[in-house]
Amino acid sequence: MIRVENLSVRAGSFRLEDVSFEIPTGEYGVLMGRTGCGKTTVLEAICGLKQVTGGRIVLAGHDVTHLTAGERGIGFVPQDGTLFSTMTVRQHLAFGPKVRRWKRGRIAERVEELARDLGIEHLLDRKPFGLSGGERQRVSLGRALSVKPEILCLDEPLSALDEDTHDDMISLIRRVVKEAGITALHITHSRREAATVGDRLFFMENGVVGEQALSREEESPLE
Amino acid sequence: MSDAEDMPKSPDPATGHSGRRRWADRPFFAALIGLAGLYLLMIVAMLAADLWYAVESVSFSELGDLFRDDNIAYSVKLTVFSCTVTAILSVIVAVPAGYLLSRHRFPGKTLVDAVLDIPIVLPPLVVGLSLLILFNKMPPWGPSFEVMAEKAMRAVFPGMRSPGVTYNVPAVILAQFSVACAFAVRTMRNTFDQISPRTEQVALTLGCTRARAFLSVVVPEAWRGVSTAGTLAWTRAMGEFGPILVFAGSTRGRTEVMSSTVFLEFSVGALERAVVVSLTMVTIAVVVLVAVRVWDRGETVYPRH
Repeated sequence: MIRVENLSVRAGSFRLEDVSFEIPTGEYGVLMGRTGCGKTTVLEAICGLKQVTGGRIVLAGHDVTHLTAGERGIGFVPQDGTLFSTMTVRQHLAFGPKVRRWKRGRIAERVEELARDLGIEHLLDRKPFGLSGGERQRVSLGRALSVKPEILCLDEPLSALDEDTHDDMISLIRRVVKEAGITALHITHSRREAATVGDRLFFMENGVVGEQALSREEESPLE
Repeated sequence: MSDAEDMPKSPDPATGHSGRRRWADRPFFAALIGLAGLYLLMIVAMLAADLWYAVESVSFSELGDLFRDDNIAYSVKLTVFSCTVTAILSVIVAVPAGYLLSRHRFPGKTLVDAVLDIPIVLPPLVVGLSLLILFNKMPPWGPSFEVMAEKAMRAVFPGMRSPGVTYNVPAVILAQFSVACAFAVRTMRNTFDQISPRTEQVALTLGCTRARAFLSVVVPEAWRGVSTAGTLAWTRAMGEFGPILVFAGSTRGRTEVMSSTVFLEFSVGALERAVVVSLTMVTIAVVVLVAVRVWDRGETVYPRH
């Protein structure tokens, strides 16, 4: 589960006060809101990349407010699938397990498994240069899932994709997240994306996060 | 005039521009190319003049004699050595400095940033003079830094012929470093500015410490910048003259580097020898630049994203 309690964050002149919401274990939460409203700041705070000035963050039952990013058991998929330009796809998938000192055999197994699940086996020895947007996102997702996190944070992961790839990625993300029983928080601008991928929809406005009903029928043909 | 007359003619299907628009832009581009071309021409003409003069006035055997001259051979060796040390030191300082400036906000950052530019804007002779005063007149109490350095060197290398900094090889390197490093810091800062902080943030979430994220993710991404900074520092160091003259002197066979050779030969009227050494410096600079470019291309090139 992802529980944010009265969270306050300060980043330069930007302030966020008293933000609270909860995503139950195994559910897929989507966070929407205007550009600059602080969605990404909330996500960074959950990931341990922004100093928190008040409140609590509870992930999978543990208070992680004062833990480092690496100790929180989260996978992070940034916007545009920021990859390590000098590493091969295989090295991307093995990076986390290696940092966490998994045994070599177990790392190789995990890489194989991820590559199969995400359909990137044929890319394992390529570097990010020349990969398509969808391929990059698959690698980014694989890298985030490599250390078997209980929580996955995705920051507009699909915004740079064309429509067909977009839909493929949505079903892929939803499948792997559900299979692994991961609790996810996904930031997006698209209502359509929110409706197809999410279980719960949160809307952030004026520094307040509120849950909204997510009815898939609401999806209008105009969108 | 009616609006219709101002409308562009039907666009050229190949370029999407109207023919009239393209013609109207010509003087603009002609001016740009003309002005830029003039400068380019001046650079090429300068080098061509050196080359022509050297070929005219120096025979092949004289050329051989010149480089067999012990003083000149020493000057070339010292130049390569001191520039290499300077480049390495500059990179060692520039990588952390550039990273801190690019990634972190701290009180007084604007001031720090400005101070780091001082060596770039300071007149070269002033850099040398400042180093000379710093080492020989500071601190105002007790022995000067020069005396301390001399003592330290004597302790570490008892057999050393002329320990000390001022008017010695360390002064050459310090004089080069004080200026070259500022350029390396600029380069590294720009490099880190172009690397998304997201990459290291991802590494942090995967369990890296800050140090490990920096070393295993950021530094490899910044590698091209590192080699550019090193090359820039190397070539800047080779061109350094003013600070070396004041702080290290230009003693033959001791603190003479190629830029001092050019000056020494020129000052005794040996213009042709000065030109040959100058051209050698140009050649070395070009070789270094090309070598680094080629070596960089060997590593796969990626666009930033």
